[in-house]
Amino acid sequence: MAASERSRRTAREDIADSRYNSAGGRIDILEVSKLGCVRGDRRLFSGLDLSVSPGTYIQLTGPNGSGKTSLLRILCGLLAPAEGEIKWNGGNIRSLGEEYVADVTYLGHRHGVKEELSALENLRITNALNGVEISKERALAVLKEMGLAGRESLPARLLSEGQRRRVGLARLLVCNTKLWLLDEVLTSLDKGAVALVRSLIENHLSGGGIAIVATHQELELSAGHTKRLELTT
Amino acid sequence: MLRWLVWRDLMLAWRRRADMLSTVFFFVIVVSLFPLGIGPETQLLRTIAPGVVWVAALLASMLSLGRMFANDYHDGTLEQLLLTPQPLFLVVLGKTLAHWIVAEVPLVLIAPLVGVQFDLSGETLRILFVSLLLGTPVLSLIGSVGAALTLGLRGGGVLISILVLPLYIPALIFGAGAVEASIMGTTPTPHIYLLGAFAIVSLLFSPWAAAAALRISLE
Repeated sequence: MAASERSRRTAREDIADSRYNSAGGRIDILEVSKLGCVRGDRRLFSGLDLSVSPGTYIQLTGPNGSGKTSLLRILCGLLAPAEGEIKWNGGNIRSLGEEYVADVTYLGHRHGVKEELSALENLRITNALNGVEISKERALAVLKEMGLAGRESLPARLLSEGQRRRVGLARLLVCNTKLWLLDEVLTSLDKGAVALVRSLIENHLSGGGIAIVATHQELELSAGHTKRLELTT
Repeated sequence: MLRWLVWRDLMLAWRRRADMLSTVFFFVIVVSLFPLGIGPETQLLRTIAPGVVWVAALLASMLSLGRMFANDYHDGTLEQLLLTPQPLFLVVLGKTLAHWIVAEVPLVLIAPLVGVQFDLSGETLRILFVSLLLGTPVLSLIGSVGAALTLGLRGGGVLISILVLPLYIPALIFGAGAVEASIMGTTPTPHIYLLGAFAIVSLLFSPWAAAAALRISLE
């Protein structure tokens, strides 16, 4: 399994490289232009321009209420922007629809973990719903890697906050999406889990992926290039 | 995909059996209160039976509609469902199907049993069963629109009844009408056909309307 994992990653790297070279320069696959967001009668941000190339990590910071969550929800398509547009590989994400959604993994600050289901069921069902059916053995291996060995069959409501967060994050090990949008996923995680998330993001970036993470914790990644985007109120 | 979604919702319902049972008990008790209150006047009981059973079914489904999307909304799995790479109306259809199996099918199955209290004949009980079998999908389908519209609102439970109950009226009229026709000794077929037509119409429109409502509710 590890071998196939590695080969897939190199394959993805190749794709990313060809993308770099074919146009004689780096192609930005995520382009945000003049984006504005209004919640209620408050304008959170406007005129936001951003272009992101493969292998980029963007740390999204800003005071509470500055629109970090709203920006991520706009980027994944849950929220319609007040103005501006978002392009993915040159196409507007609204018109791409499911094609775009298939390239994105969004983890919100709510875990997206069903309390009545076990970690194993949560992982397998969430992935199956996203079109990635995984075997029980694979799911158990993933959960073990996430540090949940021995707790795979407990209902998630018996897990601690951090463990539930780990169940949600386990999806990142399985999905093969290009754009990760992670909203405050590092809260209630211990040092080991933060290191795990860091290595997940590093792998993702070296495979030509993009990660946009709203967090106040510095991750200091060794792969990809790191950008910071600060929202102000 | 749809298979996984329905299976997931059925498993969740099984883990929260109490919710499902409370709907069934509500239905049984409401229907049983009428014969107990009115007394053994078989003629009167037969006359009111179709309306009573059908109205009780409508009210019982009100109890479960609020939970259709609310649980998923609160733990963040609903936004994950919105972000799965398939049309949203299919997701809604899957959840509606699961709701029908969990909340309505038990009512359909138990209705002939509680109908015995109203001194209905075997043939009429059969029509009651058929009319509910055709009519309850309408309740789930139209209910899904109401559930999606009231998602995350305070006092959504009352609001959902006000929104959805008027839309149930055609189903109530044709459903109860079929049973009544059978009691009167005439053919219930036209009512059943109209009920079926109404079910098809709501199947065509409800998932799209509910999907659009969900997008608005989650913004």
